[in-house]
This record gives sequence, C-alpha cells and structure tokens, in this order.
Amino acid sequence: MDLAFTREEQAFRDEVRQFFRDNVPPDTRRKLVEGRHLSKDEMVTWWRILNKKGWGVSHWPKEYGGTGWTSVQHYIFNEELQSYPAPQPLAFGVSMVGPVIYTFGNEEQKKKYLPRIANVDDWWCQGFSEPGSGSDLASLKTKAERRGDKWIINGQKTWTTLAQHADMIFCLCRTDNNAKKQMGISFIVFSMKSKGVTVRPIQTIDGGREVNEVFFDDVEVPYENLIGEENKGWDYAKFLLGNERTGIARVGVSKERIRRIKDLASKVESAGKPIIQDPAFREKLAACEIELKALELTQLRVVADEGKHGKGKPNPASSVLKIKGSEIQQTTTELLMEVIGPFAAPYDVHGDDGSNEAMDWTAQIAPSYFNNRKVSIYGGSNEIQRNIIAKAVLGL
Amino acid sequence: MDFDLSEEQRLLKESIDGLLTDSYDFEQRKKYMAEKGGWSKTVWLKLAEQGLLGLPFSEADGGFGGGGVETMIVMEALGKALVLEPYLATVVIGGGFLRHAGTDAQKAAHVPGIIDGSKTLAFAQLEKNSRYDLFDVATTAKKKGDAYVIDGEKFVVLNGENADTLIVTARTKGDRRDKSGIGVFLVPANAKGVAKKSYPTQDGLHAADITFTGVEVGPDAVLGNPEDSLALIERVVDEARVALCAEAVGLMDESLKTTVEYIKTRKQFGVAIGSFQSLQHRASDMFVATEQARSMSMFATMANDFEDAKERSNAIAAAKVQIGKSLKFVGQQSIQLHGGIGMTMEAKIGHYFKRLTMIENTFGDTDYHQRRVADAGGLI
Repeated sequence: MDLAFTREEQAFRDEVRQFFRDNVPPDTRRKLVEGRHLSKDEMVTWWRILNKKGWGVSHWPKEYGGTGWTSVQHYIFNEELQSYPAPQPLAFGVSMVGPVIYTFGNEEQKKKYLPRIANVDDWWCQGFSEPGSGSDLASLKTKAERRGDKWIINGQKTWTTLAQHADMIFCLCRTDNNAKKQMGISFIVFSMKSKGVTVRPIQTIDGGREVNEVFFDDVEVPYENLIGEENKGWDYAKFLLGNERTGIARVGVSKERIRRIKDLASKVESAGKPIIQDPAFREKLAACEIELKALELTQLRVVADEGKHGKGKPNPASSVLKIKGSEIQQTTTELLMEVIGPFAAPYDVHGDDGSNEAMDWTAQIAPSYFNNRKVSIYGGSNEIQRNIIAKAVLGL
Repeated sequence: MDFDLSEEQRLLKESIDGLLTDSYDFEQRKKYMAEKGGWSKTVWLKLAEQGLLGLPFSEADGGFGGGGVETMIVMEALGKALVLEPYLATVVIGGGFLRHAGTDAQKAAHVPGIIDGSKTLAFAQLEKNSRYDLFDVATTAKKKGDAYVIDGEKFVVLNGENADTLIVTARTKGDRRDKSGIGVFLVPANAKGVAKKSYPTQDGLHAADITFTGVEVGPDAVLGNPEDSLALIERVVDEARVALCAEAVGLMDESLKTTVEYIKTRKQFGVAIGSFQSLQHRASDMFVATEQARSMSMFATMANDFEDAKERSNAIAAAKVQIGKSLKFVGQQSIQLHGGIGMTMEAKIGHYFKRLTMIENTFGDTDYHQRRVADAGGLI
C-alpha cells in the first residue's frame, strides 16, 4: 500500500497543469470560478483547444483518438481540469454517446460520428428522461415506428441539458410495445434540426436555462441511425450510465470551491474580523474538507483497483462516489452562501444563450447553491443509488 | 499509488483472521471475559506464537519489522473479533514508546517480554482535568539526585490492572499546561507508592485509576528527554489513534455484516424486514459511512509515515473525525435495525456498539480533532 504518486505520474500532473495555465482562456476560467454559465462559443473554443492537443476524448480507445493513459493518469487529468478550473468535456458526446457508438455502432457510424464528437462539430444532447419517466426510466413512452427505411418518432423528452445548443440527440425510443418494458427500447440518434423537433426551455430555480423539454412530432429519421440492435437500447443505456463511475465524485470541483470559500472567507467580515476566524464557521469548513478527503481516498481506491484489475467488476466502494460527491458539492455551495450572507440576495439576469455576466460576481453564489440541488437528483438520484447499494452490494 | 496488500501482508491477514475465527467467537469471548483480569492469557500466547506481538519491533530487537500497514491489518482483525486482549496498550503504545525512545538497555529489558507474551504494559496518561490535551500534565516527576520521584493521579489506564510496567507521563518542569517540561517514565507496576483501583470498562475491557505517591525510579526509567518529550508522546499517541481507526473499521465491518444478515432473516408482516426500503437505505448509508471510514483509516496509516509532524498529526486528526462520525452512525443504526434484540446483552451487536462508542472518546473525540483540523487551516 502506497499513497504516493510515481515520479512519472507527478511529471504528468505538472504537464497537464502547465497546459491548462497556458491554454485555458482566462475569461473562461474566471467565469467558472465565479460560478457563471458559459456561452456555447466559450465552451466549444476550449474543447477544440483540448482536442487539438489530443486530450479531447482522452479515455476513448487509441484507435478512435484516445490517449491510452492509465487509470491514474485519467484521474490526475480530471482532477487538474476540475480544480484549475476548466470546462469539462461535453459529457453527452464524449462520455455518453461516443463510447456507445464505438462499442455497439457499425463502422460507418463510427466514421461518421466519432471525429465530429471529438471536435464538437456536433453538440450532442441526451434524450432519456420523460415527464412520466424519471427514476423509472424504462417506462419511457417516446415511440419510434418503422416505416420502410425510416423511423417515425413521436413523444416528449425532458430535462434535456443544453438542448438549445444541440445539433444531435441520442434518444431512447420504444420500438416494441408488447415486450417487457426494458426489452422494447432502441437507441436512435438524429439531428435536432429535423422537421418536427421542438425545443422549449425550462427555467430552473437558479434562473438559468440549462434544461429543456424536447417534443417530437412525426420526426422522420433514417433507419440506419439506429445504434446497435433493435430493442437492445436498454442495455446500451445501462452501459452508458455505468461508464463514468469515478468522474461523478467531482472531487476537483469541490476542492476548487473550498479554495474559493477560504479566499472569500478571509475577506468577508463578521463581527469585525474575517469570517474564517469564526470558530463555528471554521469547524464546519473543516468538517467538509475532511469528508472530501475521505471521498478523494475512496475515489483513489476505485481508480487504483480499476488500474490493476480492469473495469470489469466495479469496486463496491464506487457506489459511494455519487452519494458523497453530490452531498459534498452541495455543502460547498452552502458554505459559500454562508460566507456572503446578506449579499446573496441580488438577482442576476440570464442572457438567451444561458450565459450571465451582468452583475457583481457574488450574485452567482445563491444561484449556484440553488442549481447544485440538482446533483443529488440527476444521474440516478441518491435514493436510487441507495437502492443500488442495498441490492448490488448488500444483497438486500 | 497502490491500495493492495503485498503477498506477505495478505498472508498476515489470513493468519490472524484464521486464528481469531478458531478461537474468538462470541461465546468464547464471554469465557475470556470471565477469566482473571478479563482476558485470555491463552489467546495472548497464541498471538505471541504467530509473531503478532513482535510485529512492529525491528529485527534487531527480535521483532518482525512490520510497519503501519501490518498494524492496520492486525487492528482491523482484532476489531472484527471484538478482542479483549491488551494489544493496543502493550504492543502499539508500550511498544511505540520503546521503539521511538527506548535505549538499548531499555529495549533489552522490556521488548523480549512483550514479544513472548510474558509481559504487558499500560499507558498512564489521562488526568482528572487533562481531557484530550496530551500536554496537560499535573503529575510531577521531581529530580532527586539521579532518580525521579513521581507524584500524581492517572485515570482510565487501559490494562492498568494487569500491566507489569506502566508508562507514565509526568512533569519535570513548568506549569500544568506548559508544552515543555514533560517526561515519560517506565514504572514497574509493583513499585512502592503505586496504588491501583481497577474496574471493567463499558466495552468489556479493563482499566485502572492509579495513584503515584512518592514513587522513586532510577535514571534507567526515563524514556527520551525528561524535560521535553511532548513530541514523543504525540508521535506514539498518533500511532495509537491510527490503530484505533483500523480497529473501528473492523468493528464497523462486522456490525454492518451482522446487521444486514439480521434484517435478511428477521420477518415481520410476513416478509424479511430487509425488504423495506427505509431499512435498505439506512443499511446503504451504513455502508457508505464504513467505506469512508476505511478510506481514512488507510490515509491515516500512510500519513503516519509523513516526515512533517504537523502534516502527520493533521491527517490523523482528520481520520479520527471521519472514524468518529462513521462509527457513531454505524453503531447507533446497527442497534436501531436490530430493534429490541439489539438492546440486549445476549446479542453481540450491542457489544460492538459499546466498543465503537468508547473508541470515539479515546485520545480525542470528533469535536476535539475537528477543531484541531480547523485550527491547522484545514486539509486543502
């Protein structure tokens, strides 16, 4: 047992950090630090810089543009990226649909989609949740009917993140009504510019426009846009959701936020001195840091295990990552709220593209707190995670 | 970065797990508890036979040169089996003082007896008003020629009842809460002027309150610098905290396992109560708490080798906080999920809960260590 990173790993960390220092546009970094939303342009610009460096789809197999890094290197890269901070790669393309396509897609699909995902020539969004299908995703109703060499798609998706930017969607559609609910679903991709696709924004409690409803009204999609086999979509969805086990803890994000809390708390006064000197506040912050350290170690255990024994059998500790990771992210936003106290109140106005830049940066702290309530809901709510632990780990 | 055990460490784990599976089930434990002194000399000698009592000592001193990971493996196993024998007091703490500060003569006088199981030790540190501050020492050691004369009272000395040798913190200089002027002394338990009041502790172990009245010891009793040994005490107590973290992980593992088995078999309303989601979620949270504790126990084990003493102490304090929070949750919920049976002495779960609870209050509780981490500016 040894906690130290090797000299090579340390050198890799330095290299990654230096690259971020030299290449992340300063304004992009500042907005992330301040908890602002970025415009589409800002994000795409950065992702293309990353892709040019060869790090855009780092965890993909080498033949599709991946790096061939070890699990530990991936861990280091993500940690540095999150804590610099720089925008993380667009998960919908890079972590979700990309791996499904290179694992289950045909050669033509791989050639057609993968390079465009890597360079974000296409912005992808995820068509999974529906108004009546949240945690019980397999009950989804959006229907794809085969008509000759076409699919005709009707239905509605919701919580579709940044669909307003999207060129493409990967969609779970019901293709067999008679089968058991998990067995009648197919994984179909299509253009968001298709006739019959309507995107309607949902304003979230932070005032932002991150998510949307997407309506399909007789959308015609070429049959060849089916990925893998018909009615096997549920398997691909499970593969996709199980793919990113370690990134979900977002340890780097929380670390960065704790540094920010410390920075702010040494400036904002309470009872005539910086609030960082208030014992009650300090102990709360220490409690959060300790939890985060424990999570970091748990994540390292999972990473080291994957490195040694492959990804086949997940380390049971990996189930901890989503639950604790989301709780800690929420605590950090709570602590930020506590630091600025009454100055949390002023409300900022969001631009149409989802960005916001208008007001003093403290105005982002309350929205970030409100917005972060989502992290214990999405990606399988923490209650679903507890069901998973109970069944898969404890055998209940 | 590597969290796997080496081949040798794996064998060590198998060997101690095997020994305890054979000789330490809950019924056997009850018998050991009823023996004189409250633990089993036979088991102690078996631990000696397997080399476990000599584990952390260097080969030159007749030991096996084991490090933190080896101690972690042993302490986890001892926790899992709820072992009563004084491994912490004798090998981890007593052995720790000898390893870090013992002269060749002191080691020659004490280490062989520890390794072969013939002698045990106890650490007389806690005082009426010291609570968790290791530097808060009112007991005095006054110089008299070459010798020292010790006067004072120590409380809740684990294994104090049975130990052959006491390791006593006492002040040679300064005021009660001065950080300098503290010495550490090896005192024979049968020395003139040593009076003990022994009792069982809540978790089934044994301790003693010990009064020192004009106890005279020679220069060979001094461990380290008699006027400035706080760093030594902190070093050894940090090792004890790390060991307690590992013991607690073993206890939590077993508590969780026992509780999950129980809710799988206990039926109400015609079904196993483990089929109810409220209980499943509680058990899942117990699993999360246990894994977070395990991570921090590993961290503490590795931190014990940090060169910077401040960094080491801060990391170990953080681990003790996580362990304290986890053990409270896992312990309390284990009882809750067992329901009425968890309240009885006859079910083993209550005994795990009690040991876990006592660990929180040993060498600094959660609040104490959280404050230390906060005062040190956190971890990030």
